[in-house]
Amino acid sequence: MICQCCSLLHTTIMVDDATRKTLSNIPLLKTKAGPRDKDAWVTRLKEEYQALIKYVQNNKDADNDWFRLESNKEGTKWFGKCWYIHELLKYEFEIEFDIPVTYPATAPEIALPELDGKTAKMYRGGRICLTDHFKPLWARNVPRFGIAHAMALGLGPWLAVEIPDMIQRGVVTYVEKKS
Amino acid sequence: MSEEELKSRILELEEEVKRLRSNNVTPAREKIAQMSGEVVDSNPYSRLMALKRMGIVEDYEKIRTHTVAVVGVGGVGSVTAEMLTRCGIGKLILFDYDKVELANMNRLFFQPHQAGLSKVEAAAHTLQFINPDVTFETHNYNITTVDNFDHFMERIRCGSLTSGPVDIVLSCVDNYEARMAVNRACNELDQTWFESGVSENAVSGHIQYLIPGETACFDCAPPLVVASQIDERTLKREGVCAASLPTTMGIVAGMLVQNVLKYLLKFGQVSYYLGYNALVDFFPTMMMRPNPHCDDTWCRKRQAEYAERKASQPVEKKEEKEEEVVHEDNDWGISLVDETSGEEPSTGATAQVAGLAEGITLAYERPVPANDDSADTVQVDDTSLDDLMAQMKSI
Repeated sequence: MICQCCSLLHTTIMVDDATRKTLSNIPLLKTKAGPRDKDAWVTRLKEEYQALIKYVQNNKDADNDWFRLESNKEGTKWFGKCWYIHELLKYEFEIEFDIPVTYPATAPEIALPELDGKTAKMYRGGRICLTDHFKPLWARNVPRFGIAHAMALGLGPWLAVEIPDMIQRGVVTYVEKKS
Repeated sequence: MSEEELKSRILELEEEVKRLRSNNVTPAREKIAQMSGEVVDSNPYSRLMALKRMGIVEDYEKIRTHTVAVVGVGGVGSVTAEMLTRCGIGKLILFDYDKVELANMNRLFFQPHQAGLSKVEAAAHTLQFINPDVTFETHNYNITTVDNFDHFMERIRCGSLTSGPVDIVLSCVDNYEARMAVNRACNELDQTWFESGVSENAVSGHIQYLIPGETACFDCAPPLVVASQIDERTLKREGVCAASLPTTMGIVAGMLVQNVLKYLLKFGQVSYYLGYNALVDFFPTMMMRPNPHCDDTWCRKRQAEYAERKASQPVEKKEEKEEEVVHEDNDWGISLVDETSGEEPSTGATAQVAGLAEGITLAYERPVPANDDSADTVQVDDTSLDDLMAQMKSI
């Protein structure tokens, strides 16, 4: 298939074994509903939270806890933190995103606002550029993928590539955490 | 600084203010109440009204009654808005949440001194100056969020000069999410619209004419790609998200507005899909019917309505009224050749969609819906949403 974004020809979507394993442990969702769908959205939101709780729990059990998320009451605005360990130092970033009206047909656009302008792999407002392999993969898994999957397949791999690069370029520096 | 130096600096600055003010004067002409066809140097509409005299357009003045919504005022949208403004469109409604940046200067329309301004405000300011007869309405927000989407729909439904639906919506956005949002709104409102786009490698583009229920909606198939006919594996994307060219964007804006004019003023033929491959100057055209299993419920509803309308119409005898063009003399033996080949058989990844023209492919395939009641699926229990939220917070 031809990737929507990079126009590269892929025979399969490139997901490494570790990601594949992580992914298989996140429960799939089943309600196809967006934030304009009233009751069905509440059902979907419960599924989202259940999948997220399971995913975070898995991460903790595997000693790979790397983010926290919460939402407003309507489940339309999400915010939280993610962290990345590089050479024994922990770098922490704020996360935020809206659930688009077309969700789950379109994935949420995860943003790390404080990194805006520090890497070319980002759109305005600090939204991470994850079109390469992520969008076709998401499109093929509507409505089964949810926020937890977007984190595992989108933000996780993005951090793993971009953060070390930004640290190396000196645009991201370690900040001692205030206790 | 000494007093002398300060004084000369003040003089300098006063001069600069004067110069800047003179650049930024109020509209160069008064509003014109009635479009005139009079051929004089001072008539901004004489060349447009000439379209009537030449028999291309029947009633050009009608353009002043029309309202067009432009969603996305970037490389394509801003040029689109300028073309419509110069054509004397009645009203333009502009949507964009972005600001002008110096990184946009490889494209047309915006100027460096506008950097930092909201795109819709900067555009309306320039356009008002070009043609004070046009009414402008601007909205500086992201249409895909829940907070703004209802307002966006309301403006499509009631934004015309007579507070009715706009005549046409033009999607000039640069991302899939926003296109899907426009698609959703237009399906729900039964609003005809045009989609436009330029590829991220800047060497292809397309426009598409969408009539809910009658033609394929944007969600009926995976995104269409104008095949670039270069070895795709050699295309590098390292360290960049997208490239752009003023040429490709200008051409796509031109294709878009040309078809909008044909639609509004009822001349020629409106293209359902028109692609552009810049590398070999190839312009594929085609028409796509809607997908009966489209994921968008409103699309399926519009399809049913269209089928009903069609069934209730008396079967018209098609009278071919095409007039034979006869030229008095034809010394050079010039004749017209039909270039479009109609429906091409599709293969491989594009087999899912019937009627794709040669050179058009799908961005990816969609799987056949799977049975989701597997053990991997989340098990919904009686836990309330509040409890789940609290549980997530306390991990």
